[in-house]
Amino acid sequence: MRLDGQPGEVIHRGTPLTFTWNGRPYPAFAGDTIGSALAAAGERVFSRSLKYHRPRGLLTADGNDPGCLVQVDGEPNVRGAHRRVSAGMAVTAQGVWPSLRFDLKALNRLAGPALSTGFYYKTFIRPRRLWPYYERVLRRFSPGGRVPSPSSPAGRYEHRYAHPDVLVAGGGPAGMAAALAAAEAGARVMLVDDQPALGGHLRWGGPDGLAALAQLRAAVAAAGGIEVLTDSVVTGQYEGGLVAVVQHGLPGLTERLVKARPRQLVAAAGLIERPYVIAGNDLPGVMLSTAVRRLINLYAVRPGARAVVFTANDDGTAAAADLARAGVDVRRVVDARDGGDIVRVRGRGGVRAVECGDGSVVRCDLLVTAVGWTAPTGLLTMTGGRAAYRAGAARFVPTELPDGVLATGGLVGDGTLAELIGHGRAVGQAAARRAGRTAPASPVPDLVPAPHPELFAGRTNGFVDFTEDVSTKDLAAAVAEGYDSIELVKRYTTATMGPTQGKLEAVNTIAVVAAATGRGIPETGTTTARPPYAPVSLGALAGRNYQPVRRSPMHDWHVAHGATPLVAGAWIRPDHYGDPAGEVRAVRQGVGIIDVTPLGKFELRGPHIPDLLELLYVNRWRKLAVGAVRYGVMCTEDGVVFDDGVTGRLGEHRYLLTATSSGAEAVGEWLERWLQTERAHWRVHVVPMTDAYASINVAGPRSRELVRRLTTGIDLSPEAFPYMRVRLGEVAGVPDCVVWRIGFTGELSYELHVPAGNGLRVWEALLATGVDLGVRPFGVEAQRILRLEKGHLVVGQDTDGLTQAYSAGLDWAIKMDKDDFVGKPELAWQRVRDGQVVLVGLQPADPELVPPESSQLVEGDRRIVGRITSSRFSPTLDRSIALGFVAPDLAEPGTVVTMLLPDGRRLPARVMPQLAHVDPEGKRLHG
Amino acid sequence: MVLLPCPHCGPRDAAEFGYVGERAARPDPGAATPQQWRGYLYLRRNPAGWADELWLHRAGCGRYLAMSRHTVTGDIRAVRDAATGGAD
Ligand SMILES: [Zn+2]
Repeated sequence: MRLDGQPGEVIHRGTPLTFTWNGRPYPAFAGDTIGSALAAAGERVFSRSLKYHRPRGLLTADGNDPGCLVQVDGEPNVRGAHRRVSAGMAVTAQGVWPSLRFDLKALNRLAGPALSTGFYYKTFIRPRRLWPYYERVLRRFSPGGRVPSPSSPAGRYEHRYAHPDVLVAGGGPAGMAAALAAAEAGARVMLVDDQPALGGHLRWGGPDGLAALAQLRAAVAAAGGIEVLTDSVVTGQYEGGLVAVVQHGLPGLTERLVKARPRQLVAAAGLIERPYVIAGNDLPGVMLSTAVRRLINLYAVRPGARAVVFTANDDGTAAAADLARAGVDVRRVVDARDGGDIVRVRGRGGVRAVECGDGSVVRCDLLVTAVGWTAPTGLLTMTGGRAAYRAGAARFVPTELPDGVLATGGLVGDGTLAELIGHGRAVGQAAARRAGRTAPASPVPDLVPAPHPELFAGRTNGFVDFTEDVSTKDLAAAVAEGYDSIELVKRYTTATMGPTQGKLEAVNTIAVVAAATGRGIPETGTTTARPPYAPVSLGALAGRNYQPVRRSPMHDWHVAHGATPLVAGAWIRPDHYGDPAGEVRAVRQGVGIIDVTPLGKFELRGPHIPDLLELLYVNRWRKLAVGAVRYGVMCTEDGVVFDDGVTGRLGEHRYLLTATSSGAEAVGEWLERWLQTERAHWRVHVVPMTDAYASINVAGPRSRELVRRLTTGIDLSPEAFPYMRVRLGEVAGVPDCVVWRIGFTGELSYELHVPAGNGLRVWEALLATGVDLGVRPFGVEAQRILRLEKGHLVVGQDTDGLTQAYSAGLDWAIKMDKDDFVGKPELAWQRVRDGQVVLVGLQPADPELVPPESSQLVEGDRRIVGRITSSRFSPTLDRSIALGFVAPDLAEPGTVVTMLLPDGRRLPARVMPQLAHVDPEGKRLHG
Repeated sequence: MVLLPCPHCGPRDAAEFGYVGERAARPDPGAATPQQWRGYLYLRRNPAGWADELWLHRAGCGRYLAMSRHTVTGDIRAVRDAATGGAD
């Protein structure tokens, strides 16, 4: 039931909205959580528990609520007492079948023995062959939501890096004071809180708290240098001071993972209220004092009609006052400090009555407990801090803090609001000083945990871990079976291993195990907390993919003309336009054009370019004249072929170097590495030009005719512009183009490097001007066939990470008489070494058979003698052709080798006299 | 992310940098024995402690940096542009 306006309410009554719960519409106000809206509508059951499928309702009414994991618009495991509702949101209960009200899985309760303590270990071990079946059963009965289907709308996730001086985890009064003090000292502060607004317990703590909160919030807003992250939770601290923060509630974003590396971390996580362990303590209607105070003061929800309050502290008393003010009939307040106790909660599907220690039974629909606090020390202990049990205060407190971490607020101790703020300020100043800022070195005042009765479990068997359905009896059984270490009990019973990571259950678990073993709580110890401290979605861990995609200026044209895309590294390239064989024939018989923009291009300037080229290529470069072009091969220092390409000399101290499309980036770094580390005194400037030029190769016997129609200022006659030359000029009215005469395809061809902005213009001009010549575009597949017909190797395809240059048929290029070049010593040794594989041309005896690439060449059953590196059907020769490595004794032309195909067939192929299958004399190139 | 100091760009996210490897002196290619040359190619000290490393500020200034970095703690006690020389 919704109450009248509350002074601290966060709902916006002017913005009513409707959402659905299990398909039925429910009203809510903006600012409501799913849990508060459903509670306002009178709903009490929100989920079914893991093993026994018991009905569960609101327990803590905050982000840790174990009974309120729901599915929202396909997103599973949403914390329903934390997530704000929005209009049209579709919320469903998870883990229930066929419905929340009629849950067949609750029959599990009758299946008793199968689900006894340690049932994961006992029941599902043997026989092993049934494991796949067990897995299916377990999965069906697990409480997790349904995994979103691949077609459901994807969330948007991203990462952010942050480097604040001080990160304050927790935005209660102490955390806010610490942030303010650090910021006053000039520190850049990140203040993180998991609620949608700062304030911690002040938000629901009454009028004095609200007044103080207003002041603190105003001060934080006015202070420079405090970045506030609300609806965000610190999920862990990792090596090197990395603090992971998961941020929610950002417009258009499902989750953001902030990877922060603060110089100082201030832990100000406050306190978490503990449940009381007695029979029936998981019934809907059993709530913590903080839960009812949140419901009443933040959401104006009356949590029940008749209540019993069991309290051991002043907060329980305050909760009773809040309940009375909200019109709840408080039937009895049982005070543990006066010796009162409660024994059992009665009811089915909800609280009906509470059995008190004096034997009386009080009928009610709400039991509110206030039995103590847990300091969430997990964040501190996961990075090497220590916590110790203080019996007088009935809680663990941090005793040793890891380097770079300070703590304040309830985590440390209790005090008045002024004391909490004073402690926070002093800690904030200390953090700022440690982060290298100047702040007054005021002493940190004491903040001591207040005395509190030790009150964990009553006389009856109750639930200790609500998410994992672990009871007092289960823990006692585990201890009886000999699992007397807390870490073993934890693994055996799965207590504290649920989605709330033990925040709610850990101390009760320890207390119950301590009682069962007859040891004290300090001797029993704590379980080790591990990140994440709070649930993190896989989407947030993955973040957004920022891998760029590269497209040439002609990309849209290719798409519009039916090109099949090929992903080549970061580039999207046209693989073919529907008929690669036809594209090959067009190039051999007429003229074709291909977009080769991804080709790596580097402009070199400076007097030491020949020195650089001589060092990095196996070839010789000193005599390269202006206007001339040479093919070069680069090796790494181990003599392995690294890249190849042509380089042209455009001017006295100006060269244009090309690299393979896939190797372009590595070549750029390679050039810089030698220029920056080994030869820093050389004056060479390298400018990456790959994207600056659109590159078009015009290939075929009629390419000269086509290019001539469009170029200005370049004499294209074979005498003036022979093979392996480069010219500068105007193409299709575009100035500053580089025109190369080279021939990867084996045909007469010109490669045009056009300033990128004019790439499409030149591309379209070539097609329009060459209609009568039969010009057509060709793609990467046709180019691969053409180059294989010509026997031109592709680095990385016809070579691998072990192929030294003498194995790749590059003997002619290697100039061993140079004083030095990269990889020279290894190549010198390779040249005189026996048994080196050789790259050869191969033709299968069966002209129709194209052996799959990477097929082995074998001799008998035992010896692998080589491998097919490239293979295609040649439209020009009307037969299959290949390149491959063979052992040196098989490299003789005419040798017949045996190909072992993946299907097991062994078929013959003949070693060719040279790599080129088409036009080995190179007449077409030089035409 | 861990910040690495670039002498040109200041402290920057480690993701901007590429680790090239421990720095190794190139032997005289005309005189090196196969053993010396392969030591240069493949053998590194790989200490659990201070290492002389070459890094590339790939998404920054594009410069190669000589760093003295502690492989256990990640501390960096010296960094310079690899082209500037220095006490090796
Ligand atoms: Zn830099």
